[in-house]
Amino acid sequence: MNPHLIVIGGGIVGAALAATAAESEFGVTLIESALPSMGATGAGMGHLVVLDDALLALSARSLELWREIQDRAGTGYRNTGTIWIAETEADLPGLRQQSLDLAACAVASRLLDHRELHALEPELAHDLPGGLLVPGDATVYAPKAVAHLLDRARRAGGRLLLGQTVATLTEGGIRLAGGERLAGLVVVATGASVPRLLPELPITPRKGHLVVTERAATTIHHQLVEAGYLKGVHGTDEASVAMNVQPRPGGQLLIGSSRESGNCDPGVSDPLVARMLMRAFRFLPSLRERRAIRIWTGFRPATPDGLPYIGQVPGRPGVWAALGHEGLGITTALGTAELLVDLLRNRPTRLDPAPFDPARALFAS
Amino acid sequence: MPEHFDVLILGAGPAGLAAAEILARAGRTVGLVDEQAQPGGQFGRERIRQRPGRSGRKLLEWLQHRNGITYFPGHRVVDCDPHPALVTESTRGSTRLTGGALILAPGARELVLPFPGWTLPGVFCAGGLQALAKSGWPVRGRRIVLAGSGPLLVASAHTLRHEGAEILAIIEQAARGSVARFLAGLPTWPAKALQTLGYLPTWARIPYETGAFVAEALGEERLEAVRIVERGRTRIVPCDLLGTGFGLIPNVEAAARLGCVLTPTPHPSVRVDGLQATSLPGIYAAGEVTGIGGVERAQIEGAIAGYAAVGNLPKARALAPKLAHWARFGEAVNRHFALRDPLRALARPDTVICRCEDVTLGEIDSAGGQGSVKLLTRLGMGPCQGRICLAALAELRPGYGTVTGSQAARPPLFPARLGTLAGEPAPEPHP
Repeated sequence: MNPHLIVIGGGIVGAALAATAAESEFGVTLIESALPSMGATGAGMGHLVVLDDALLALSARSLELWREIQDRAGTGYRNTGTIWIAETEADLPGLRQQSLDLAACAVASRLLDHRELHALEPELAHDLPGGLLVPGDATVYAPKAVAHLLDRARRAGGRLLLGQTVATLTEGGIRLAGGERLAGLVVVATGASVPRLLPELPITPRKGHLVVTERAATTIHHQLVEAGYLKGVHGTDEASVAMNVQPRPGGQLLIGSSRESGNCDPGVSDPLVARMLMRAFRFLPSLRERRAIRIWTGFRPATPDGLPYIGQVPGRPGVWAALGHEGLGITTALGTAELLVDLLRNRPTRLDPAPFDPARALFAS
Repeated sequence: MPEHFDVLILGAGPAGLAAAEILARAGRTVGLVDEQAQPGGQFGRERIRQRPGRSGRKLLEWLQHRNGITYFPGHRVVDCDPHPALVTESTRGSTRLTGGALILAPGARELVLPFPGWTLPGVFCAGGLQALAKSGWPVRGRRIVLAGSGPLLVASAHTLRHEGAEILAIIEQAARGSVARFLAGLPTWPAKALQTLGYLPTWARIPYETGAFVAEALGEERLEAVRIVERGRTRIVPCDLLGTGFGLIPNVEAAARLGCVLTPTPHPSVRVDGLQATSLPGIYAAGEVTGIGGVERAQIEGAIAGYAAVGNLPKARALAPKLAHWARFGEAVNRHFALRDPLRALARPDTVICRCEDVTLGEIDSAGGQGSVKLLTRLGMGPCQGRICLAALAELRPGYGTVTGSQAARPPLFPARLGTLAGEPAPEPHP
């Protein structure tokens, strides 16, 4: 008989797990307390990006898995590529290093000088000295990607329980708020949402803002990110902003990004939006005259060391974690699911799971 | 131009003007912000080819000469905060105006109820068509059908006929008995009875069908005919234009953004007390934004808000009986012209509900079982910010309204320049 796997959480990570597990002969039940994609998944940009940090291998493998999806169009997948943009000459050595790091993981990239950069993206400010093009990066519409993954899980025999809340983890399974018990292996993939079923794994919601513009003619074709973006991701500032602009099909632009720790108010902060936009104008002055139609916020599930928890939870037999992907959950969901299903099956894994082992949170000094 | 006022007023329609007059008389400084180029709101819209009519010219002169009132025509409020402050955009740039108090009088917009063919060129909202004709858009000789419900259809017919259009019919969905009871009650409000008499020449010459509705707009590239259903009988009427009026809904976006308590109704309005005070200190609301009730009720509410904002509570309270009298008129209109269910069942699976993002009713229905309708279909995510489609859906699929309602509380209230949102003043245009 196939083992039963209970996936808690209907965001991109839970959906990827449900699809991957159902397609490798698990009986799968996915439980979502609201509707799919209502957390960070639905709030984010849907940028599939290979990051040059401790998540390099996981994100590179995940990009491969995204490309393997047959019905990519159904997820809104577009191979936009990313251009990392140097603000000054001082950023160029970092981009050269980033290019070498990516190459070590077989990820192609190309350094752009001033002329090449402006030929590709003429709306960029004229004083920007260069950039790094990562042509394999892409964008998806995450809610559609989740719907696609859940559909695959369903077709492989999985079932979905929407609007059902898990009250507690029990020995050998879970208990729903309504009292019903389900038996099976459990994966917690609840991102930044509360209540926390695994309080021993610290997660802090890290608030972000996004602005979307009206449709209009644009020459922006790549996702454009400033070279200093990772400083904000890894930094501990109370509030930081970095330019991150994504062209959507039809001429809309998504404009980010902001990061705030310790702010759980979902309201839009006008001063922070102003800062974020000013940063974007530094790189794309033409944005000033574009019109915004909507601004919203979301919460990234952040861990203290910036790495997700993927693996067995110590002291809880049969309970596994797949959460804490901060702003990289859409990119790394497929790699996370592959890694976790291999661990569940006790098979050799393609990537080293040690950095993501949840045990590190329990034994941290 | 000053940027701080004793009182800010959002909207220079009947309610906003009534409030401004009282505040100016009491010696207060007033910032009167309005999206339109001329005062008077949708109700007081003037024919543009003539000089402003008497009431319009008087209004303008009065506004220009009344000490204390600074009038900001053509200023769209794109954001606001409860301090209170209004962030506005106009052709002259963006400004942030602050006040000691704020009176919200942004009025109402037309409810759009989708039916097969409603997106064909040639199909308009009745009030929008009337406004277009007044602003000089040619309707002479065009064959027009007006359909939907309420006195607005007759008022539109009156204007359009005056501009030379041929009104083929007014198709009123309310039953004959309902319309008759409404007319029988009119003498309670003599001014309204008189106004109705003024429309009689129009009314007498145009077929006025009750208990009937337009079930479909027909045409290939543009409107060619409408299918009218009357007591189970169907007929096709060739025409050039169709104006539909299904009623009005309050413009609550600014109030929602400020955090004012709204009514938990399909089309929310702002909750106010007897002094027009909202749930937030120093913020008042008056006119259609507190519930659809017509121009007289709006003017009285504006006056009450004005008195309340200057602390003249006896004067404010003295208007209560007059307000109740006119509120009953609004209730009579709403009751006798209430939309009947067959109109909510006209849209088919292939009928577009959200024009901005091209979402059909069928797509909405099939997404409903699988997740967030908004996220999956992108319903309400376009530049109209859900003003049209989410209100329509509140009629067609009442359950979905609550899922999508939170959008109104976020900035911007209208599509806004990113430069404005970043707090950068827009450059002055070249003279």
